[in-house]
Amino acid sequence: MPSIQNYNNHPVVEAPLLELRHLQVEFPTRKGLLRALDDVSFSIGRGETLGVVGESGAGKSLTGAAIIGLLEPPGRISSGEILLEGRRIDSLPTDAMRSLRGKEIAAIFQDPLTSLNPLFSIGRQLTDTIQTHLPLTYTQARQRAIDLLARTGIPAPELRIEHYPHQFSGGMRQRVVIALALAAEPKLIVADEPTTALDVSIQAQIILLLKQVSRDFGTSIMLITHDMGVIAETADRVAVMYAGRVAEIGPVDAMIHRPKHPYTKGLMASIPSIRAHRERLAQIEGAMPRLGAIPKGCAFNPRCSESFSRCQLERPELQPAGESQAACWALSQ
Amino acid sequence: MKPYAVSRSKASAESDGQTLVQAIQVSKRFDVSEPWLNRLIERKPRRYLQAVDQLNLEIKRGETFGLVGESGCGKSTVARLLVGLYACSSGEVRFEGHPLQHIDRIKEKNETSLRRKIQMIFQDPYASLNPRWTVGEIVAEPLKVHRMLDSRASMQERVAVLLAQVGLAASDAERYPHQFSGGQRQRISIARALASEPEFLVCDEPTSALDVSVQAQVLNLMKDLQARRGLTYLFISHNLAVVRHVSDRVGVMYLGRLVEVAPNEDLFDKALHPYTRMLLDAIPDLERTGKDRTPVAGEVPNPLDPPSGCAFHPRCPQAKARCERERPVLSMVDARRQVACFAMTDPAFELDEAR
Repeated sequence: MPSIQNYNNHPVVEAPLLELRHLQVEFPTRKGLLRALDDVSFSIGRGETLGVVGESGAGKSLTGAAIIGLLEPPGRISSGEILLEGRRIDSLPTDAMRSLRGKEIAAIFQDPLTSLNPLFSIGRQLTDTIQTHLPLTYTQARQRAIDLLARTGIPAPELRIEHYPHQFSGGMRQRVVIALALAAEPKLIVADEPTTALDVSIQAQIILLLKQVSRDFGTSIMLITHDMGVIAETADRVAVMYAGRVAEIGPVDAMIHRPKHPYTKGLMASIPSIRAHRERLAQIEGAMPRLGAIPKGCAFNPRCSESFSRCQLERPELQPAGESQAACWALSQ
Repeated sequence: MKPYAVSRSKASAESDGQTLVQAIQVSKRFDVSEPWLNRLIERKPRRYLQAVDQLNLEIKRGETFGLVGESGCGKSTVARLLVGLYACSSGEVRFEGHPLQHIDRIKEKNETSLRRKIQMIFQDPYASLNPRWTVGEIVAEPLKVHRMLDSRASMQERVAVLLAQVGLAASDAERYPHQFSGGQRQRISIARALASEPEFLVCDEPTSALDVSVQAQVLNLMKDLQARRGLTYLFISHNLAVVRHVSDRVGVMYLGRLVEVAPNEDLFDKALHPYTRMLLDAIPDLERTGKDRTPVAGEVPNPLDPPSGCAFHPRCPQAKARCERERPVLSMVDARRQVACFAMTDPAFELDEAR
């Protein structure tokens, strides 16, 4: 998606909702500077769902945290830009970021128990959030809270609104968290492993809910997960991350059936299939490097079966490869 | 109660050399009552949680038996019952025909206990390895416990061989668990489990904490070891794709009971029990990009207060009045599969052939 510079302050329709430009996140430690995200660039369109996959430590959650401005100190954005509707949000003062968070960008995390305050009824938490962001009276806010709970599939919302988080099951709690995220009709929801803690049947319900929300409210979703199946059913495009960088990004169908980057190929082949039986799974030897020991050149080169001399020396940038973009030297040969 | 009699007589008929592990009417009940004083003051009754209810199961020598189900269905309790970490509330587990509760006292020819033949691999490789012990000490512990080797040198030698078998270096024996990644730690767990040369390995979600590429490494390793050593696995997972990949036969559990037992291919090609079908339908599928599905509504009921009759009836699309009253037993529906559902045998149920 080409970025369009907005010189006249007119709303530009083609501008993506969210754009990351060469984002770098660093953690100063006693052992030196750790670069956790390096040159991450992508965009999310209006109403689009972008799936972000990768192994633990690849930087997927960190990217989400950087977008919603919740990087754990001492982590910091050391260079690059985050733009929401063409406006920079990475350098906003704390107060401005705080009113933007929840209003324009909302977040859903893996464990719904840690996102909800155990001491307040969910009604209180919902009306507080609604009144913080929208100019409504308490009665109006409460009605909106009940509507949101009904919308996210909670039975008997007028009754349940008085209940406390511990009185809900895991799946129901996640629905409450989604209702909370929708409270101020945000433009973007960053969903970090929203279904990982849930059973498959509940997971299917939550995935469907997220898709309906995205469709009905036109909300964009950044869906962070390690489960390729969830991505396949939910996302429009997928970004595969490896060692703090985007290895490949493209439409979901192309990424699953026609991956270009050797890492994506290996990742897809290592997933056991429910449909067909295979004697052995393809495996990528070794493990993802730690942050302090990312190899020179392409970070994947020590594990790559297609690597050659250039991979050890120079870092590949994302370049067009079929319908996708991949960061691999083998594609430009 | 006729169908049960069938499966039981079959069970006893087959307890020859073929069957390695057998669970006969195994139940496990946990006392989850309030403390005594609370019960007295607040007049609350004792409360019990039926984690496993009259489970019958046979695992044949050399096979991989997969056990699936949602959280809280009792699969981990079954794992612990089969290795003897929990005692059965009623019923009996037999290993090579011997009752499991006497297994420590049954000696083999070389004076080691039969106990060494059963080992377990746990889900979380961060919690199951002692952080203060070196990898060498961890892997050598079963050798010491079962007095399989006496000299220090022979033990070190054996540890090196075990580590090599799981793809680690002999020099790793000097290091501590925190110096390894999740996948490597799970390899250490496997090496420890293999130390006493077991025949039966119970694997409780062994790859659930791992990334997919590392999961593939561990699953391949487990398959190789099985081929080389003729191991028998009980493989527990909530991930049906993984279970399909590793298992020969699969059992599906719901609220403490087995609802379907079938050979791998049969189960995944055409599941018979409505719950199994629901589970299979719910798995996110790589081939279903951009398609919607209608997930089954409802959630697993509270195991403290399970529904009457068939525990699945409140969520079952085929449920009839009988399901609410009576509890179906696991019975053979053809030569190879067992299902606990009235729709299989009762002509009153018109089988949905839509699927």
